Amino acid sequence: MVRNLLNSALDNHTLPNLTVGLDVGSTTAKIAVVKQGKLLFERYVRHFAKIRETLTGLVREAGKIIGGESFTAALSGSAGLGLANAAGIPFVQEVWATGEVIRRIEPETSAVIELGGEDAKIIFFDGGCDERMNGTCAGGTGAFIDQMASLLDVTPDELDELSLRHKKLYPIASRCGVFAKTDVQPLLNQGAAKEDVAASIYQAVVNQTIAGLAQGRKIEGRVMFLGGPLYFCKGLRERFVETLKLSPENAVFPEYARIAVALGAALYSESASDRTWTVDSLLSAIENAKIAATSARTEPLFRNEAEYREFADRHAKATVDLVDIHDYSGNAYLGIDCGSTTTKLTLIGEDNRILYQYYSSNRGNPVEIVRAQLTEIYNLCGDRIRILSSSVTGYGEELIRHALGVDHGIVETVAHYTAAKYFKPDVDFILDIGGQDIKCFRIRNGAVDSIMLNEACSSGCGSFIETFARSMHHTAEEFAKKGLFAEAPVNLGSRCTVFMNSQVKQSQKDGATVEDISAGLSQSVVKNAIYKVIRAHSPDELGQNIVVQGGTFLNDAVLRAFEREIGRNVIRPAIAGLMGAYGAALYAKAHVPAETALIAPEKLITFTHTSKTTTCRGCTNNCLLTVNTFDGGKRFISGNKCEKGLGIENQNAGVPNLHEYKRNKLLAMCADKLPETVGRRGVIGFPMALGMFELLPLWHGIFESLGFTTVISGNSSRRTYELGQFSIPSDTACYPAKIMHGHVEQLVAMGVDTIFYPRLTWNIDEHASDNHYNCPVVAYYSELLRGNMDILRDKRFLYPYLSVNSRKELVRGLFKELKPLYSDLTKSEVKKAVDAGFTEYETYMNDIAAEGERAVAWARENNKPIMILAGRPYHVDSEIGHGIDKLAVSLGFAVVSEDAVYRLAETPDVHVLNQWTYHSRLYRSAVYAAQNKDVQLVQLVSFGCGVDAITTDEVKRILENEGKYYTQIKIDEITNLGAVKIRLRSLAAVI
Amino acid sequence: MNTNYVQFTEEMKSTHTLLIPNMLPIHFRLVQRVLENAGYKTELLETHGPHIAETGLKYVHNDTCYPAILVIGQLIDALQSGKYDPHKCALLQFQTGGGCRASNYVSLLRKALINAGMDDVPVIPLGLSGIETHPGFPNSVPLFYRMAHAVLYGDLLMAIVNQVRPVEKNKGEAMALCNQWADVLVKDLEHGINARRMRKNYRAILRDFAKIPREDRKPVKVGVVGEIYVKFSPLGNNYLDDFLVSEGAEVVMPGLLDFFNYCVYNGIMDFELYHLGGRAKSLMNRIAYKFLCQKQAEIIKAIKEEGTFRPMTPFTHTVELAKDFVGHGTKMGEGWLLVSEMIELADSGVMNIVCTQPFGCLPNHICGKGMMKPIKEKIPGANIVAIDYDAGASAVNQENRLKLMLSAARRNLEG
Repeated sequence: MVRNLLNSALDNHTLPNLTVGLDVGSTTAKIAVVKQGKLLFERYVRHFAKIRETLTGLVREAGKIIGGESFTAALSGSAGLGLANAAGIPFVQEVWATGEVIRRIEPETSAVIELGGEDAKIIFFDGGCDERMNGTCAGGTGAFIDQMASLLDVTPDELDELSLRHKKLYPIASRCGVFAKTDVQPLLNQGAAKEDVAASIYQAVVNQTIAGLAQGRKIEGRVMFLGGPLYFCKGLRERFVETLKLSPENAVFPEYARIAVALGAALYSESASDRTWTVDSLLSAIENAKIAATSARTEPLFRNEAEYREFADRHAKATVDLVDIHDYSGNAYLGIDCGSTTTKLTLIGEDNRILYQYYSSNRGNPVEIVRAQLTEIYNLCGDRIRILSSSVTGYGEELIRHALGVDHGIVETVAHYTAAKYFKPDVDFILDIGGQDIKCFRIRNGAVDSIMLNEACSSGCGSFIETFARSMHHTAEEFAKKGLFAEAPVNLGSRCTVFMNSQVKQSQKDGATVEDISAGLSQSVVKNAIYKVIRAHSPDELGQNIVVQGGTFLNDAVLRAFEREIGRNVIRPAIAGLMGAYGAALYAKAHVPAETALIAPEKLITFTHTSKTTTCRGCTNNCLLTVNTFDGGKRFISGNKCEKGLGIENQNAGVPNLHEYKRNKLLAMCADKLPETVGRRGVIGFPMALGMFELLPLWHGIFESLGFTTVISGNSSRRTYELGQFSIPSDTACYPAKIMHGHVEQLVAMGVDTIFYPRLTWNIDEHASDNHYNCPVVAYYSELLRGNMDILRDKRFLYPYLSVNSRKELVRGLFKELKPLYSDLTKSEVKKAVDAGFTEYETYMNDIAAEGERAVAWARENNKPIMILAGRPYHVDSEIGHGIDKLAVSLGFAVVSEDAVYRLAETPDVHVLNQWTYHSRLYRSAVYAAQNKDVQLVQLVSFGCGVDAITTDEVKRILENEGKYYTQIKIDEITNLGAVKIRLRSLAAVI
Repeated sequence: MNTNYVQFTEEMKSTHTLLIPNMLPIHFRLVQRVLENAGYKTELLETHGPHIAETGLKYVHNDTCYPAILVIGQLIDALQSGKYDPHKCALLQFQTGGGCRASNYVSLLRKALINAGMDDVPVIPLGLSGIETHPGFPNSVPLFYRMAHAVLYGDLLMAIVNQVRPVEKNKGEAMALCNQWADVLVKDLEHGINARRMRKNYRAILRDFAKIPREDRKPVKVGVVGEIYVKFSPLGNNYLDDFLVSEGAEVVMPGLLDFFNYCVYNGIMDFELYHLGGRAKSLMNRIAYKFLCQKQAEIIKAIKEEGTFRPMTPFTHTVELAKDFVGHGTKMGEGWLLVSEMIELADSGVMNIVCTQPFGCLPNHICGKGMMKPIKEKIPGANIVAIDYDAGASAVNQENRLKLMLSAARRNLEG
């Protein structure tokens, strides 16, 4: 296999010697042997965390070609650092190695995009070399694709083939793997075509690479694509080329793409050190390298067999009797739990014993699975058993209910509590860790008292362990078993799974075994649940009688780690994975309809199901609808945020929705396109994002009075974000900030030359808090816009420091800023304008407050619960709020915003520094909710909002002190309304 | 804000020990001495290890910034260690004000104490924007005056040690001398502040360090800027200093005095931009600013006269540097100072810069990551890497990024 892969540029280089480059990435190891510009040998293999063995294998294999010749060598790659140091092999940083290769053999390249197992890199060569890697919060690429493939139940190769046949693309969050997963799962559950989902996954990788790495720098010219995933996945290549609009000659996919780093290491080895190696000396250096372990270890889960046996015996007691369905005749009740990754069914008899059970991954098509299972059940039932009632719960609840005529759809919390009560009547705490979610319910006085769900950023749950197990070549069960008797479990921390991947990488480097990693992961999942989701400080907070369930707790290592961490024994029913379905069956049994609507056996034979997707044009949300059609033309539409898309009349007309009211009012204040005739001072544009949602009336009043025609960038949509995503420098900033870039783009596209977004250290002082700051992002985002948005350069971008708490100061600040630009401007004119602005702002705020009171009055008259959908002013934006307001209305709530009701309550004594205007409103509206029986508060929190790490605990405390429920919804680019729905429905169910 | 905080009373001065989380190894020893001289019993917490972050995660909201998790974790861990009697301890927490969430550290610490069942432990916020009163610990100008001098010594020692460490012939010599000098200065501070003796000490320090035998090579220079805690604290930045030195690099770290000065300067700007605080306060700020700049000038002068080492950039110059990038009213967190320091480094030939920040640091979205593009455009050779620090971030990831920056740095050095 002697190939002259490297072109003449390399030949010209005097490379007389034999060189060997090794590259150990997060999942694969590569080797390249180069002599005189010729690639003599290459290999690319997965290392399954056995780095040393894999490397020696590679070297041995290469040895057949190298023979006894001596050579120079270098090692590269994120997992190779420790080994290189210990073995005395020169180390070369991988991005740098790539840069070296391209610089030498493809000098006319403008940029390199390299995707690895967990890293993404971009190197720019044109105009100042710049090498970039993804930051700590940017999920994997290769590993991410693998994870997504397993979610779709296909191999990575199949995923690639599927993607090439796609018809449309869905928006999938591109920040990190965990987020994307929350987007993919509902799509699958809603029946979106796998082809489209596959391509959308690739598109997410592309967007992430561009948004996260290019950060405002354009990728153009001749682009080289390197690394394993780009070598293997044709669909991914297609997405890149299309997104970057590259011509075929400018998109280069070289044959050495997957071994480029190893090649770079080989080239580098010459200059790195004079030391030469032979195959034997290199092998012995690798084999004998002593790697000092730096990653922390913890106690083993079980000290010995006996301890494990005691544990196993204790848990064996929590069980439900099973009956052979063949021996049973009579009535039966069906429970279905159509979860995010798995589908579960149970059929129970009159005595609550289980006649039939089923647990399986839903492989992207839950309808088909339930249909097949139901057919099987009907066969087993024959004429002896009659199913009187059925219910379904979980993500796919509505889909299954519509498809198969299931009698009841119940919210997951109810299903789980019903089941847990059966095992432990005095249960006061339920923790359910499933494939994708962590759910905790606290029970007080026989009712679910508070609900905690994991936020999208910490869903390191069951499917995570499973994917990890697979990546190490084990089944989930094997992997769990290995963890039980690990001698020194690694301490992997308790944060997002993306971080855990890197932690595992580190521990592998330090020589941790698969056993240690398995046990460590179990502990992480547990810590994540206790400290991140439940936020408990001590075990007593969890409760006295704890039931744990969910498929993940079938893993004994997780169960043991949990008991260890809380220092108390818990109950894990033997059917831990089936609790939702069992609860649903119990519920069905307790609620028997006159006649069940469950699809009859004869109809099941001819049952068909197709799904297609379409975009709803009912409003600006542009929801992506999935239309499921069942036989007989019955349809079920999902993906909608309101009823409009369902083609039915709005049943909630007249229900107050302050979010909608505010949105409409603000958007109607200024035009969102250039008018035909403009004011004497021209046009000034306001980007409709961040603080503009609060102060637009003020600026509108001021600038109109000054003779400007004011325009706004208009409503947000996903498209807005995409328009501006290429100039976002910090991908971990909040979505409301990131969407600002798109709004500036919209203004410029409209032809607006003067844009205004002031720097406001302080917000309006409402004299009810310790201070009245804006958060740093709202206050100073214009600095970042000016620095990063090239299109602003030839525009007049006005971003003065202003004070909005003293008219005199505001006049001074505005005059100072505007006078040099508009020489005829007079101070008295500005003074008049500022007065006009404040009048308009006050009128606006009073109107919102009055509308809030009207909404409350209406709700009380019509006996509807009131929901304060509380956040920041900019959360009313339809893209940022994802239509959650409409969802709440459709669930029967009258929706008000925090700024519509905060004046109705006093400022509470909070335990933190109450120093931001928006947050002080939040605390007051929480007090209002706490004081009024019919008012609930749901807090919207933007992912990445540092300030809300402070406020959420306080709002929670204020509410819980008065016995109210606290519900928090984290929002980001993602639109996982399924999870939001569960939360809001659970809330509706408990009040 | 909660007005029901536990006060640190006069009596506690004699009964209680002040626990101080260590942010800068050299500086804080000296600051500690200033407090001891003022009659307090103190204990500087030098604990480290993963259990500190773990304790923090247990008692602080996990999305809070990493410095809060570490500092609070360190304090609670100390109280729970059994080494001290919690009823005889008070906690000293450095506190800046302003729109950054860091202003909430003291509140978060108190909440953590409640959750740990130790809410009777007094917490003393030490900062320029004191709103609380503690009879036993008046936030007094004389105390700050003395601390500023401790910081001056600290900045000098840090600057010189950093220059010697990568090239010293006998490994560890610079650090040993630094510790020796810290001992001397700690004793020296007992005699109060005397400007002439300080200048004498500066010269003696410089002379001693100049005597350390050094290799004749020019190491790659790497500047470190960022959020104040993770920039300085080895606990916060996974021993960034040591890592860079082990890679053969010279660390260039703008001093702590700059941050003091930045805070004072912001007071001046508040008046200029919004007429906040009144003329009298503004005048006070101007006097303090002038004083600090003058004190720094004395050090710079001493370094120049001795001639071996590179002096720091005068703050009066540093201030000017941000102007083309951000305004001086952009002041939350490290604000414009962060930008100024990056330019200051690049201007003085330190093109390789590590910009450290806690994961999700709000002000650094703007002034750290948000300014990289414009800075790189104006200074094409700038080789800046942003590193996020976090309880879950793994050292291998951070090191890998640092190595990338160093590879480019070495290539640039070779030309």
